[in-house]
Amino acid sequence: MEDLSLHILDIVENSINAGATKIEIMLAEDINQNILTLKIKDNGKGMDKETVKKALDPFYTTKTVRRIGLGLSMLAQAAKEAEGNMDIKSKKGKGTTIIAKFVHNHIDRKPFGNMAETIINLIATKGLDIDIIYKHCKNENCFIFDSIEIKKELQDIAINNPEVLSFLKKEIEKGLKEIRKEGG
Amino acid sequence: MKKIKIGDLEKIREKARRTSSLRQNKARARITVHMGTCGIAAGARKILTALLDEVGQNNLDDVIVTTSGCAGLCSREPMATVEIEDEPPVKYVDLTNEKIKEILNEHIIKGNIVKEYALAIGSERTH
Repeated sequence: MEDLSLHILDIVENSINAGATKIEIMLAEDINQNILTLKIKDNGKGMDKETVKKALDPFYTTKTVRRIGLGLSMLAQAAKEAEGNMDIKSKKGKGTTIIAKFVHNHIDRKPFGNMAETIINLIATKGLDIDIIYKHCKNENCFIFDSIEIKKELQDIAINNPEVLSFLKKEIEKGLKEIRKEGG
Repeated sequence: MKKIKIGDLEKIREKARRTSSLRQNKARARITVHMGTCGIAAGARKILTALLDEVGQNNLDDVIVTTSGCAGLCSREPMATVEIEDEPPVKYVDLTNEKIKEILNEHIIKGNIVKEYALAIGSERTH
């Protein structure tokens, strides 16, 4: 994976496959502490303790089409490479939360990549069935994308309508640019 | 905290109402882009973006674009499966932006399978 936005897309696909209907993605850039935190929280079917232990093993997967599962182990590795770590919190029947921490300015910390594309692709394909809340903060400056609120405002227009998608994509790009600028 | 402005959303809602139908038409075709770890690492996200742009621009509101996980053939990613009503599904492999656009135009719009890019015709699984 080249960047964090691709890792995020991959992890969210896990959430969707676990039956999640609401997925929260949080990226927090703490410049003073020099820490970047990525948190992905879903309300999917969750895992028991044994499964959580196995989840980081590349040779463990719930899939039936192949015997190797690399998504989570690759994110854990990306965190490790940037002197960080990854943690999985999960409760069977409740959901799963993945927290990855990175040293923000570490030379091997992967770039954010195109978060707007990740969010819009998820909304375009699954947006009628799931909700995505994406919050990105740089220090105190935050941008939030909340598909629940957006759906309310759209009334009878579907969130995966092409006009809506292209508008939302531009808004996410604009919002992220603004917080990056203000964050210095 | 920055949010998407509600006033702007209202404008876009009215625009969408005027320019396109409500996407409640019966779907004639479905394209599934395989978005497992392997697919994403091989570039499936840009294939999906190209596909969504093309479907939007051509106003194909009877075509559903969706995603699924790994199809078990990681070395041939990015992959997509095309299903047209009453026809066997077709799996396309080693996709590029150009190939997916060609598949959309030839297979979905005109109804001709692009054999050159197809892996298998009649495979039933989309995930």
